[in-house]
Amino acid sequence: MAEPVRKPEPEPQRELNLIGKPFRRVDGRAKVTGATKFADDLAFPRMCHVKLVRSRVPHALIRSIDVSEAERVPGFLGHLTGKETPIPFGILPVSQDEHALCPDRVRFVGDPVVAVAATTEDAAYEAALRVRVEYEPLPTISSIEEALATPEPRIQDYGDHGNVHKVVSMTFGDVEEGFAEADEIFEDVFFYEGNTHLPMEQHSAVAVPEDDDRVTLYSSTQTPHYVHRALAKVLELPASRIRVVACSNGGGFGGKSDPFNHEIVAAKMALKLGRPAKITLNREEVFYCHRGRHPVLMEVKTGVKRDGDGARITAQRLRTALDGGAYGSYGVASTYYTGALQTVTYELPAYQFEGVRTFTNKPPCGPKRGHGTPQPRFGFEVHLDKIAAKLGVNPADLRLGMLAEPETITANWLRIGSMGLRSCIEAVVAGSGFRERWGQLPEGRGLGLACGSYLCGAGLPIYWNHMPQSGVMLKLDRSGGVAVFCGETEIGQGSDSILAAVVAEVLGVSLSDIRLCVADTDLTPVDLGSYSSRVTLMVGNAALQAAERVREMIAKAVSEQLEIPASRLVFADRRVFDAQDPEKGASFQEAVIAAEARFGTLATAGSYIPPRSPGRYRGAGVGPSPAYSYTAAVVEVEVDPETGLWNPLHVWIAHDVGKSINPVLVLGQVEGSVYMGLGEVMMEEQAFRRLPRHLSSALVHKHPSVLEYKSPTFADMPPVTTYLIEDPDPRGPFGAKEVGQGPLLPVMPAVANAIYDAVGVRVDQVPIHPHMVLKALQAKAQGAEPRFGPQRFPAVDFGETLIVPTPEQGGDGTAINDYREKLRSGMRSASGTMMSREEALKKRKLAALTTDLKGAK
Amino acid sequence: MLRLPAFNFIRARTLNEAAAILAGEGAAEGESVRLVAGGTDLWPNMKRRHQKATTVVSLMGIPELGGISVNGGVNIGATTLLDDVVRHSGLRERYPAFAAAVQSISSPPLRNMGTIGGNLCVDTRCTYYNQTEDWRRAIDYCMKEEGTICWVATGSPRCWAHSASDSAPMACALGAEVKLVSTAGERILPVENLYKDDGIDYLAKRPEEILTALHLPAVAGRCRSAFWKLRRRGSIDFAVLSVAAAVWTDPAGIVERARIYLGAVASYPLPALEAANLLVGKKLSEETIAEAAKLARKVATPMDNTDFQTQWRGVMVQRYAEAALREVAGMEPKRLAPKHGLPVIG
Amino acid sequence: MNDLTTLRLRINGEERAVAFPTHHTLLEVLREECGLTGTKHGCELGECGTCTVLVDGRPVLSCLALAAEMAGREIETVEGLQLGNELHPLQAAFADLGAAQCGYCTPGILMAAKALIAEKPHPGRDEIREALAGNLCRCTGYHKIVEGVEWAAARMRGEDWTPPAEVFYGSPFPGED
Repeated sequence: MAEPVRKPEPEPQRELNLIGKPFRRVDGRAKVTGATKFADDLAFPRMCHVKLVRSRVPHALIRSIDVSEAERVPGFLGHLTGKETPIPFGILPVSQDEHALCPDRVRFVGDPVVAVAATTEDAAYEAALRVRVEYEPLPTISSIEEALATPEPRIQDYGDHGNVHKVVSMTFGDVEEGFAEADEIFEDVFFYEGNTHLPMEQHSAVAVPEDDDRVTLYSSTQTPHYVHRALAKVLELPASRIRVVACSNGGGFGGKSDPFNHEIVAAKMALKLGRPAKITLNREEVFYCHRGRHPVLMEVKTGVKRDGDGARITAQRLRTALDGGAYGSYGVASTYYTGALQTVTYELPAYQFEGVRTFTNKPPCGPKRGHGTPQPRFGFEVHLDKIAAKLGVNPADLRLGMLAEPETITANWLRIGSMGLRSCIEAVVAGSGFRERWGQLPEGRGLGLACGSYLCGAGLPIYWNHMPQSGVMLKLDRSGGVAVFCGETEIGQGSDSILAAVVAEVLGVSLSDIRLCVADTDLTPVDLGSYSSRVTLMVGNAALQAAERVREMIAKAVSEQLEIPASRLVFADRRVFDAQDPEKGASFQEAVIAAEARFGTLATAGSYIPPRSPGRYRGAGVGPSPAYSYTAAVVEVEVDPETGLWNPLHVWIAHDVGKSINPVLVLGQVEGSVYMGLGEVMMEEQAFRRLPRHLSSALVHKHPSVLEYKSPTFADMPPVTTYLIEDPDPRGPFGAKEVGQGPLLPVMPAVANAIYDAVGVRVDQVPIHPHMVLKALQAKAQGAEPRFGPQRFPAVDFGETLIVPTPEQGGDGTAINDYREKLRSGMRSASGTMMSREEALKKRKLAALTTDLKGAK
Repeated sequence: MLRLPAFNFIRARTLNEAAAILAGEGAAEGESVRLVAGGTDLWPNMKRRHQKATTVVSLMGIPELGGISVNGGVNIGATTLLDDVVRHSGLRERYPAFAAAVQSISSPPLRNMGTIGGNLCVDTRCTYYNQTEDWRRAIDYCMKEEGTICWVATGSPRCWAHSASDSAPMACALGAEVKLVSTAGERILPVENLYKDDGIDYLAKRPEEILTALHLPAVAGRCRSAFWKLRRRGSIDFAVLSVAAAVWTDPAGIVERARIYLGAVASYPLPALEAANLLVGKKLSEETIAEAAKLARKVATPMDNTDFQTQWRGVMVQRYAEAALREVAGMEPKRLAPKHGLPVIG
Repeated sequence: MNDLTTLRLRINGEERAVAFPTHHTLLEVLREECGLTGTKHGCELGECGTCTVLVDGRPVLSCLALAAEMAGREIETVEGLQLGNELHPLQAAFADLGAAQCGYCTPGILMAAKALIAEKPHPGRDEIREALAGNLCRCTGYHKIVEGVEWAAARMRGEDWTPPAEVFYGSPFPGED
């Protein structure tokens, strides 16, 4: 394989002080002493407590609301209904379909209808139980198939048609030609059940009215900036009069990334009553907030051509159908994400993706760790395992022989930067003894391999704008302390520590010299939030810029004072000194004093905007990222062939993190991802029950509790061996890439593949319950297909597909049939020609270089 | 936070005081009284409002109800903490399977609160019932509380909530007894007679009676016992199936007496009589065990009201019965592992 | 109805008079009446272990304990763990290993771990996992917590032992160790 074309890595000027070595996280002490203030830990004088009265019917028009009984509860203070919150909101500009309180219609059990406030939480709950709401029931929809087959009544009055929220179809390259070229065609159908984040902290929001028409909201949110925007819209207040402070989140995983109705209600109630108002959700309500993993049905068709000892993919068509629940949430993005990242792991010269998201009368699905990509990744990696088995190729060799190359542009116009997947695979294969042991273990024991890749931040913000996606401000003064201001939000992933470490590294100070002020829309520059694994790269780069700017000022002042060329100054060990004569220099505090005297009050800012992506077609906004992380995992399982019971015994996982800022926290993210992935494949399920229709119209969450929504305990977690692969990415701060989400992706398919190795049956769905394994084993014993899983993909009209010529075809990133684009005659002919593979690869690298040049401008 | 409703709380000092309150002496109109010991069952149920009380009487301040004494058999006071049962070396030596059953209950902190009396009397469970007030309104309630239909079997005239105690099937298998006390006096019941096959009215204990102690009989002859519990996770979860087996053999290894009880697959600890009887007069061989396990499966009717797929739980009755009896016989376990939690005691 | 209870509660070695609604749990009274918000809640039904505190040295779920039953009992919460301004070895180990990520389950786990080490100064891995199996954590995957307890226990035994390098850096690339 040809050497990849690489941008030269930035040469470190000196050994790093801090970065790359394990250090105590900056919020560590507060978190182990109980000092960290989560939103529900806040209390204010005269604070009232608010409860939401949620719909107990799955789909209905609201006929009447009677709060007279509630008003008689001692301590009752007031209430709100949807009439007072008529303005809709939503995380995406294209789906502003939620209300703080439903004005006229409810769409799932748990939709909020009335808010009541009282002096105590006891009284608020008693009052909430006494509110009477009369409903006029409407027919309900509970599944993807039902939504596709039931256009009326519509759950939402927008969307592509009927109860179809969004249809996507796009074709990159000549897929039919690819299938024709293939030696063999493989087709599979998979199903991935929905599951939820289950953060240990239940969402909480406290609103405090201040002055006239000002309100501060403290909330457990991953995205204070988006909450700020939603509040301004719904409260009809200028954004400058609203302050949102994100408290440390007690776990997020994507579940606190939307603006939520309870947050808006708290603010509205505080303004209405003129006193602080708190809403803390109970665990059941957290299940109704949801925004978790979409249930997805998938169909994968892949053409494969033998290539020496291995094989290569000639074309792939992926179809996905998502159960979105009752609202949009991030759903349009989620739909695109089920198709976007198939191309960044293995060479995929021609690719067609078709996706559909449906509305159902269930809590809305949204972004959970891996957002939209774990489902198709599961399908793809199990599909590859089947291909390997059919071709008689070791699954590791099959993958190693078809890896996407670094510094190239994929068929769907994603720009791959550094790509450490080869090292990842080699690490877990060697660590687990995969080559010697796969296929060789006794019956009931098996090994499975799978890979994955994830974004380091979405290339585009959620609403269209040209402003920075992350901003950092520094203030230094004669004390020698460094104050860092940034809108980033600590959700446990260690973002505060990244921010502090980058600044401390550049200025050569210790972490204890840094004071952070974060996640406060009044005081900190905007950062879009803790989602899409964007913080390390984007906040890190903004911090890097701000710190380098102030370092330059300090260096100039010290250089003038000590008459040393600024270029020779080193910032380390809380000193600024001459590289050639380390004795000669100033303490950091003296250096800051010099700079403050020389320049006046010291403050700098840094900001980060991701490079423009080469894709220009409709939908090209989902998938691009400044960099991609890569992961490979091998899981060993034991399976009892008599019962289908299975257990994971060991996980080997290697993650290409680019460069660890703090390896001990990186390990924590990897291990946590393995845990959550195992939870999904072993047991976690956001499942619903519809009661017999002749007796009831109920459609309820099956088990909205921590006890019955099963999540693994200490006793269920197998040993994990983690390898950190450091392939620094030129676009990451110090080469760093993400680690919070990517390592989850290979876990579920590695388990499914290991079960196949153990007992020779396929379970093509997640979670893999023991009865499914047993059913497949029984089928195998009877000579039927040794498989458990969905039989077919539903019939969907995906409409006219968007035709996007690939870089290999000489495309320019646009679609030739996009109604917004003028058809360019040259493109049409280009889309039909196939170049030689070598020629095409050359051209792709050229395109990658060109993009770099454009990005550099 | 999900909170308790207000109630009148009385910390009884003596058994007589508790019994008198329970008998309604001095009760006001409309007053409903419930007993509480560890609170790990009652408080969640009251928070979700599917159990109600205007007065709650705590038994935890009554000294005579706590503690374990060994005299041939073992007597366990009703308010003895589950963890203290597990830790009691004399008890563990004599009844290792009983200790294992108690150790499999929920989680370590919960076992520091829950009591043996509470576990024996633990409310039957069902995924249509163990839900919040708001959730249960969304299904118009169920037969067990405030509703009219059993949603597990909609044509059924009875409630199918399942027995949720881990100590109960094992106590039944060992032939244990419980002591019930009221103002009218006391009586001793074999544990199996404490339970009724009804999800709502699941205890033969009269409302005014207090369960004060569990007595495990002296182990006569060669008795071996085993407890296997199936649950999703290695901790916290209730059983979705348990098998408790006790087998008495003569010196030649011939089975003289056998008792097998199944947990969580009926509204009470379900005796597998035919399976047990089959063993009597025989040696425990691979074949007899397999045959008995098949018979055990026949009596169980798992319902769709807990975790795991229903039909598969039926399969597991046979597998776990077989596994428990193999353990009793000292045979190598087959591959499947019980979800007791990690095997660490003391 | 005795709707208000007044008690002297002994919390972290300090006695204080507290008046609270009788139906309030120890969790609620600690957080609301005593201002000790270090104790968290995740389900209020005894299903997650988040609210674990020590009562007479044993880990219990404060969401299922009535404060009214706490007269004469020794209550310990995360706020009482520090020794002066020094972190308790468990706290230090958790902070250094990232065994606390979001930190929400951490107070409960620290208290359960404290009780374990008090009883078993040399706990094995399985004993740690068993002792903490009632405490759910969604962030860490549990390994850093188990390693943190091991580290703290060693330090409390006075041993000069730190976890092996792979706990901080990951495993060496196979063949390179």
